[in-house]
Amino acid sequence: MNNERLKNPILEVRSLSVYFSTEEGIIKAVEDVSFEIYPSEILCLVGESGCGKSVTALSILKLIPSPPGEIISGRIIFNGRDITKLSEKEMEKIRGNEISMIFQEPMTSLNPVFTIGDQIIEAIELHQRLKRNEARKKAIEILGKVKIPLPDKRIDDYPHQLSGGMRQRAMIAMALSCEPKLLIADEPTTALDVTIQAQVLSLLKEIQSEMDMAIMLITHDLGIVSEIADRVAVMYGGRLVETGPIDDIFNHTSHPYTKGLLDSIPKIEEKIKRLNAIPGQVPNPMDLPQGCKFHPRCSMAVEECRNIEPQLFKVNGNHFSRCFRWKDCC
Amino acid sequence: MGSERSYKQGSKSFWIYFKKNRLAMIGLVIIIIMFIIAGLTRFGLGIILTPYDPGQTNVSLKLSPPSFKHYLGTDHLGRDLYTRILYGSQISLSVGFVAVAISILIGILVGSISGYYGGWVDSLLMRFVDIMLCFPSFFLILTIVALLGPSLFKVMLVIGITSWMGTARFVRAEFLSLRERDFVQAARALGVKDSRIMFRHILPNALAPVFVTATLDVASAILVEAGLSFLGFGAQPPTPSWGNILTEGRTYIFDAWWLTVFPGFAILITVLSFNLVGEALRDALDPRLRGIR
Amino acid sequence: MTEYIIRRLIYTFITLIGISIVSWVIITQAPGSPIAITLDPKVSPKIIEQMEKNYDLDKPIYQQYFLWLKRLFTGNLYSFKDGRPVLEKINERIWNTLLLNLFAILIIFSLAIPLGVFSARRQYSFLDRLGTFGAYLGISIPSFWLAYLLILATVKLFGYPVLGMRSFVTEEFTNIEIVFDRIWHLMLPAIIMAIHGIGGLSRYTRSSMLEVIRQDYIRTARAKGLPEDTVYYKHALRNALLPIITIFGFLIPSLIGGSIIMETVFAWPGIGRLAYQAVLARDYPVVMTITTISAVLTLAGNFIADILYGIADPRIRYG
Repeated sequence: MNNERLKNPILEVRSLSVYFSTEEGIIKAVEDVSFEIYPSEILCLVGESGCGKSVTALSILKLIPSPPGEIISGRIIFNGRDITKLSEKEMEKIRGNEISMIFQEPMTSLNPVFTIGDQIIEAIELHQRLKRNEARKKAIEILGKVKIPLPDKRIDDYPHQLSGGMRQRAMIAMALSCEPKLLIADEPTTALDVTIQAQVLSLLKEIQSEMDMAIMLITHDLGIVSEIADRVAVMYGGRLVETGPIDDIFNHTSHPYTKGLLDSIPKIEEKIKRLNAIPGQVPNPMDLPQGCKFHPRCSMAVEECRNIEPQLFKVNGNHFSRCFRWKDCC
Repeated sequence: MGSERSYKQGSKSFWIYFKKNRLAMIGLVIIIIMFIIAGLTRFGLGIILTPYDPGQTNVSLKLSPPSFKHYLGTDHLGRDLYTRILYGSQISLSVGFVAVAISILIGILVGSISGYYGGWVDSLLMRFVDIMLCFPSFFLILTIVALLGPSLFKVMLVIGITSWMGTARFVRAEFLSLRERDFVQAARALGVKDSRIMFRHILPNALAPVFVTATLDVASAILVEAGLSFLGFGAQPPTPSWGNILTEGRTYIFDAWWLTVFPGFAILITVLSFNLVGEALRDALDPRLRGIR
Repeated sequence: MTEYIIRRLIYTFITLIGISIVSWVIITQAPGSPIAITLDPKVSPKIIEQMEKNYDLDKPIYQQYFLWLKRLFTGNLYSFKDGRPVLEKINERIWNTLLLNLFAILIIFSLAIPLGVFSARRQYSFLDRLGTFGAYLGISIPSFWLAYLLILATVKLFGYPVLGMRSFVTEEFTNIEIVFDRIWHLMLPAIIMAIHGIGGLSRYTRSSMLEVIRQDYIRTARAKGLPEDTVYYKHALRNALLPIITIFGFLIPSLIGGSIIMETVFAWPGIGRLAYQAVLARDYPVVMTITTISAVLTLAGNFIADILYGIADPRIRYG
């Protein structure tokens, strides 16, 4: 897996900034975010609610609702093209086809009045121009691949007739139906029971290696990250604060926020009196602090941190941290 | 208490939002003007608005078209149409408000009992609401008014007792959600009587949608009253009401179009104003429609 | 699904009973009602006789109710005005009213839904605002006024007759001309009746569409690469139309109620006009029967709407 990284990235996000104009002011949801995704790897985008990770993902497919939201600057390069400059029609060819996305709530993310078969076949017919019965065969095949039992029967079920886990699998099937090169998964397991979570995650891993597909998985759960990620990107306040291969992030943590996240996970062998929560609260996106966005909650903050926003420092190879004191961190 | 605080905070931004709706503001202005007109004519100050009396006849000038002396023309008895329309506003507005006041009282009573107690009381009351909703209300109103005899108060009463259902439903919905809240549990635990909880604690928080339905109901009550007057069951001549002016004018429709056009127009802009304001209230009170944009 | 239908059926039946009770209470117990009249010495014996025939006033109260029901169904209620059976008088005209209302409903649905959908897609645009204002106008305009304005206009400008169900010299028309003539006389009142409904329904459609377009599954549809038109007219519309089916049930009472005025203005021989004349003549049996029948029609309409909804929504069809 490590050698694959030497190939060219399939997706490059360069200095992406996304703002929302509301009545109460401008929300800088994403500010100057850059990262790459390499073929066949799993990149986890991590952060708490409101840090901008979902907005980043939606921006890649240009699904941000465009009155209030707008991609202010930056480039997103996919297959050699800057897709921020593409027209809506050209984006439609990419969505569901070369880049697919799945969402958090399978119940509300599937149209309740159409069968799951119809919804999958719709995607296949659209992008692959197969005839109805061929598309149907393919749909049944994919349902089988995501381990839905009796796919030829389930294909004519409506979403409400399936359980939560099965619905999520159906969504995954729909996303995979046209063999995309990149799958973006926005908190796909958050709404599911823990046991189902594990099943869905292992399914994703399997599919990924089988179909040679890259996955960008968005989550706030570090447990998931440790299980499945090849590389990790940590976001806070709309910015990337640390990125790198999973070993580096977990064993050579170089940013106080990441450290805080890791520390706050209670370990089952340890007996502790209090949970190690990060003090303070996530900042209001309309009222971000000066300098380093994390400094008000940071135990290592110094004068510099209050005034100047740190740039990304190279820790090692492909490991970066947005902290002046990354060396002292951990 | 926590609930009251959020209620007050909300009202400030609500007003700002409401002001943005220009049509609604125009509607509000028209309503205020109508009120002033009705008030002036009711209390003998009509002279400020017009030199004529609504019952003042002048047979030599009957059925004359709009002119400088008679802005909107005269009717078959030579009475000034403009004056009659001004005085007619009293009927429409008073019926509108009294009828809706009655319907709100009934609606709040039914809705709060239904929503607070739930269970079979709720089912029974709601079934009753469904039954009432099946009757075409205008039919029912006409029937009852015909049975009871046309008097203005009876009209108000009947409109009131046939339009409370919408308010009841909204109040019930609010009560259903509010009764699970902490401040209600706390009051119960302290032993506060049910009726006090309902009316002093929950009700103030449940009132928001009632303003919306009240305003919209006034619009519909005015329309109903106009229809009733038109059919001869509302205000009786010679008292002018917009509906009965239209009825009287109907015989002369082809010779004196002004007798048809203007009173109807008065009904239109009044009803429209209440509808615009009501809908704006609804939009302003709906948190989902705010925020972005 | 069957469970759903059965539940709806039971509920409808209970409501039906409720309607009949309420009707009966109004007619017999309200002041100014027949009973009060029989106590009035000035009232003619003929009327009192009719009353007793119609209302079995000598029997105990609960029996009166059941007897009234029986009379209703077996056509033994007699009009005060001319002594004819009420049901017979109604039967002559109810089809005319239904025709008028059917036409109005057709107009309403075929105009309001596209208007609402269109308005929602271009939310906040000038056309949307215009459409919204038009809708408000529609629900605020008094139907009789509009009727007279249009009559004024048509007659003054076109010299065309508008009253009644047919023009006076139809004996000389060919069949096709008769049909057209009928339709002409149908159009104006139907359109006016429809205006109020279009105003309301287009707003409702619009807000239903706006509600649906915010849903997660619409985001999924876009993420699949579907063109916006498909997202809108296939995925969104299908869901937005569901609650509109239930509105169908509410449309009926307001249309029937509006019938009174429209039929009177246009001299259309339907039950609305019959009811009005009956009210003027204090012909209670006729009035109450019509009121009850209207309520029953509404109930039937609601029931049909519920069934249609059950069929259209797979969550209920395949529960």
